[in-house]
Amino acid sequence: MASGILTIVEQNDGKVSRIGWEALAAAQEIGAGLNQPISAVVLGKNAQAAAKSVAETKIQQVWFAENSELSNYTPDGFSAATKQIVEKAQPQYVFAGHSYQARDYMPKLATAFGRVFMSDCVGYRLEAGAAVFIRQMFQGKINADFSFIPQSGTPNFVSFQAGAVSSDKLVKGGSAAVADAGVNISGASIRTNVLEIFEGVKGKVDLTKAEVIVSVGRGIKEKDKLPIVEELAKALGAELAASRPVCDDGWLPMDRQIGSSGQTVAPKLYVAVGISGAIQHIVGMKGSRVVVAINKDERAPIFDLADYGVVGDLFEVVPALTAAVKEVKG
Amino acid sequence: MKIILCMKQVPLKDSQLKITADGIWVDEKNLNFEINESDHYALEAGLRLKEKHGGEVIVISMGPAARLKQAISQALAKGADRALVINHEQPILDPLVSANLLAAAIKPENPDLVLTGLQSDDLGFGQTGVVLAELLGMPHATLVMEIQSLDGKLKIKRELESGWFQYIELPSPAVLTVQSGYAPIRYATIKGIMEAKKKPLKEMTVAELGVQMTEAVKMNKIYVPVKSKQTQILQGDAKSVAKQLAEKLKNEAKVI
Repeated sequence: MASGILTIVEQNDGKVSRIGWEALAAAQEIGAGLNQPISAVVLGKNAQAAAKSVAETKIQQVWFAENSELSNYTPDGFSAATKQIVEKAQPQYVFAGHSYQARDYMPKLATAFGRVFMSDCVGYRLEAGAAVFIRQMFQGKINADFSFIPQSGTPNFVSFQAGAVSSDKLVKGGSAAVADAGVNISGASIRTNVLEIFEGVKGKVDLTKAEVIVSVGRGIKEKDKLPIVEELAKALGAELAASRPVCDDGWLPMDRQIGSSGQTVAPKLYVAVGISGAIQHIVGMKGSRVVVAINKDERAPIFDLADYGVVGDLFEVVPALTAAVKEVKG
Repeated sequence: MKIILCMKQVPLKDSQLKITADGIWVDEKNLNFEINESDHYALEAGLRLKEKHGGEVIVISMGPAARLKQAISQALAKGADRALVINHEQPILDPLVSANLLAAAIKPENPDLVLTGLQSDDLGFGQTGVVLAELLGMPHATLVMEIQSLDGKLKIKRELESGWFQYIELPSPAVLTVQSGYAPIRYATIKGIMEAKKKPLKEMTVAELGVQMTEAVKMNKIYVPVKSKQTQILQGDAKSVAKQLAEKLKNEAKVI
């Protein structure tokens, strides 16, 4: 009888990532609600070291796999290892944080069991002893409740969006059993050959250190219009940042990008200019203390996050704001 | 190189979406549709590989055939060689079902490369390509930013988190899911638009493909998210709003 929540806790060279802790917190919370025990899986280079820190949380069991075939992440390797562990542990659920790695191999893993990977959940509800998962659709404009159609003998695969469950909720003070998962992976079965891993922009600006950020999106329309926003940033003493499309078009360098593929920031003030608020951007800034949104579309999802919103033409509002800020700052 | 390009239509980005009375989907009647954003980049990747190595780009799409014609024509006009359309009126809400249909249509083509966009702007599951790879028994890579074909192998640049990247090598055939920003998207030329009309389009039904449409997940209902934050929307002309905002940021929020 399938039981328990097996959590894939992502780690990098012995250190558990924040999204890994979040997945574990989600498992603990939902496990308590469904009365299901929690176990964890840690894979890759130095997994054993990471497994030790995972064992300090209040869960039952931690398995690790540090095979040489797993020292570089590959979907074949991680999928095969996780599959073997799932087949042995027979959990009802398999949880993970929705990282780039999870997106890359969890759908493959779920398909191998004939299931669908419930990806990027922003929340959940417990109804009649089962979990209903909440996902965003249409770039965050609409939410959807999803249920699994259970199939006996196979688990439900779920991932949680960064920040969906806070890692602050993690219950620590545990001493779980730690064991080598004993997985067997043949090198020949791994079709991906990892050549090199490198950082994109050398000497990049660290936006995570900025106290105030002015961020610009597609609404700016052209590179030549950027000075309007640069002036506002200067008046506020802010760093300039951008959503992905602005960087893709080369209007600002890639290291100014905020979002799932750029930097994640939590400044005391974040001013979003002409940014609609697509999920990929929001995950990079939703921790900001105060959010100001300026957008001509009143239905833009960015307003859901804003403390202060201005529905208007940024080409008028931003210069006016620059002047008003200068005056108020004296 | 025989390249399959999977393409999907989604409601126009700035569409006003109305949820149907039964709360199951959006009212599609008055919506305009466009090609999903990352699929544009996947198509561009495919066309560039064809230009470099020769071969053909076959575009495949699922949905109401009549509505798909515009998207298909656009892809053919840009340089795709032929199209496969799986006719299906209702939106498919289960990625395993979608991938099974695509796999059934793609298998007999024996492609060297299958390209999809990274994720769709409607359901956002972001996994059809990966599921497809598993069903076809092919290796895959997601978040693809660059593709080179060298001596029967694929050298791929992938995006990682926080501005990191990696180069990997995969054997062919493979499935690659392409990230937005892969390369500047081309416009169709007048010549391309004219030629598109003559290019073959094959329509298929779900029945012909012999795929079981059994769902593994169910979408119970959709709704507009309830906001947890209290937003102050400032009213007035630009100058007045700016003044209010500056004052609130200084005195109320105390962030400047």
